[in-house]
Amino acid sequence: MTFLVLDGLTKRFGEYAAVDKLSLVVKKGEFVSLLGPSGCGKTTTLQMIAGFHVPTSGAITLEGRNLVAITPAQRGLGIVFQSYALFPHMTAAENVAFGLEMQRVARAEREERVRQTLALVGLAAFADRYPRRMSGGQQQRVALARALVIRPRILLLDEPLSNLDAKLREEMQIELRQIQRTLGTTTLLVTHDQAEAMALSDRIVVMNQGRVEQIAKPHEAYERPATAFVANFLGKTNMLQATVEGEGEGRRVAIGDGTWPAGFGQGLMLATIRPEKIAFADGDARCALSGTVKTRIFQGNHWLYQVVTPAGLVTVIRQNTGEAAPSEGATVRITWRSEDMSLTADTKPAAAAEASP
Amino acid sequence: MSAGTVAPVALAVPSGDRPSRAPYLLVLPALLLFVGIVLIPIAMTVLLSFHDWGQYKGIEPVLILKNWKEIWGDGYFHEMFLRTFRIAVLITLFTALFGAPEAYILSRMRDPWRGIFLLVVLGPLLISVVARTLGWALLFGGSSGVVNKALMNLGVISAPLPFMFTETGVVIALSHVLMPFMVLSVWAALQRLDPQIENAAASLGASQLTILRRIVLPQVIPGILSGSIIVFALAASAFATPAIIGGRRLKVASTLAYDEFLNTLNWPLGAAVATLLLVALAAIIVGCNRFVERRYAEVFR
Repeated sequence: MTFLVLDGLTKRFGEYAAVDKLSLVVKKGEFVSLLGPSGCGKTTTLQMIAGFHVPTSGAITLEGRNLVAITPAQRGLGIVFQSYALFPHMTAAENVAFGLEMQRVARAEREERVRQTLALVGLAAFADRYPRRMSGGQQQRVALARALVIRPRILLLDEPLSNLDAKLREEMQIELRQIQRTLGTTTLLVTHDQAEAMALSDRIVVMNQGRVEQIAKPHEAYERPATAFVANFLGKTNMLQATVEGEGEGRRVAIGDGTWPAGFGQGLMLATIRPEKIAFADGDARCALSGTVKTRIFQGNHWLYQVVTPAGLVTVIRQNTGEAAPSEGATVRITWRSEDMSLTADTKPAAAAEASP
Repeated sequence: MSAGTVAPVALAVPSGDRPSRAPYLLVLPALLLFVGIVLIPIAMTVLLSFHDWGQYKGIEPVLILKNWKEIWGDGYFHEMFLRTFRIAVLITLFTALFGAPEAYILSRMRDPWRGIFLLVVLGPLLISVVARTLGWALLFGGSSGVVNKALMNLGVISAPLPFMFTETGVVIALSHVLMPFMVLSVWAALQRLDPQIENAAASLGASQLTILRRIVLPQVIPGILSGSIIVFALAASAFATPAIIGGRRLKVASTLAYDEFLNTLNWPLGAAVATLLLVALAAIIVGCNRFVERRYAEVFR
């Protein structure tokens, strides 16, 4: 079922490796996101697949065919650019029809497919509008229709939603996912927005400084981040210095004034806990950390706390259930289940020790 | 008058409803200068074109149509004006034909080269018109011109190409000096292009030629047309280059007006020629501008 294979893909600009030995196998019909901060090489990767950059080394194969050897025009990929790159001198329908004209599709079929695709993206009534007379969201849909109408083997999306406002972006995410499911087009999305990547994709590829940090299903990457970078990049997280002592059943991890049972590890480690997995404890439970609420921010459906503890500053997110919430300055005890905490080797002991009080 | 009613609102002092006079006072010096050195001389020239002139009586301040009738009826003047506009049209075509691709190539160049070649393109504007024109004369002039000699030695031509005192010479030399205006104008249009737009077209299966023809060219057409208007106006009213290369044998409207003023001393006739050139140019430019604006208003707001 392998469809698109990237094997050891590398792109160097002089000494600087924009993409470093990236390997990825995409199945037919899959929606995969390349996620990372700006400059992590995700867009360069997409441009190499599209054919606008030539890889320094490595291979790109699509259905067993070497893509690197052929020109962008022959690859048959649909691309939605961040700026949309619509043709301003053509109407929406003309924009969408352009790819079909290049494929020498007969006029009758062309018009039918343009009509269908514009209807698919909800722009049936805007066929004769020029791009500059359309809103950002409408332009985005034209760009999507233009890429989809040629029935691309792969749909490449380069930060397609980043120019839209938050509400519209959410709507377009849902729509994009529905369209992709309907058509079953294999899709590769480049984004720096972790929420977008997690909402849309079957799998995400988290990239940092040209290298792959983790390839996993969204909730897997979120719940079990492979590296500290992934844990930090995918949502908010707490990283606390922990000490693991004991053997077997008696193995314990100590964080601040609290201790938890631990399955593995020894010595100084980093404990990673998601803020929403932390609860306020009643009484004096042993698996809990004492602290003082430093700030409390109301965010509608949840409260965001920052709690000063012996192990450092801990971010806590609690659902707004309507019950009384600890106020600023209150003394609290915070707790979490030991299975919600992941332990990794403390890679930066000096820096971490400095950060902890 | 709409500008006059809007400006005071923008600059209004918060003291009350009374519109402030400050904007008018502020533009007054520039307005006086404009009236003094542009409008009044033009009005005087137009007036002069209706005066009478005689070899022995000089200029008589009367209002008659003698000069205009002379221009209207004499084939000599028709030939002058036809030649002027023929040369201007040819120069416009040449600069568009070479300038537009030149601008595109420049925009595709990498950084150190782009700056260097832009300077080369702008070069003609930095050199004195006399030096530049004489340079062309050295290259092509007579049978001793460098290019003519080389071409003859190579056996490409058997006789020297006529350059001095021909329309060919004027067209070549003026195309050279007016090229920057076309290149810069197309360059500006190219800068407005989405940098990904060619990639977008390529990903849809378009060849490089198709991209140029269907995607790039339509978007720089307004640039080419505005460049053409500038080049046409400058070519039709150019004086120095036609004067040196065309000389007395090949007159255009501007050198004709010059001769009437300074050689024949028939100022009213010279004024009529100058006025007609001004009116014709203004009419052509305004007409073209209207056309461009109407044709591309929808796409390029």
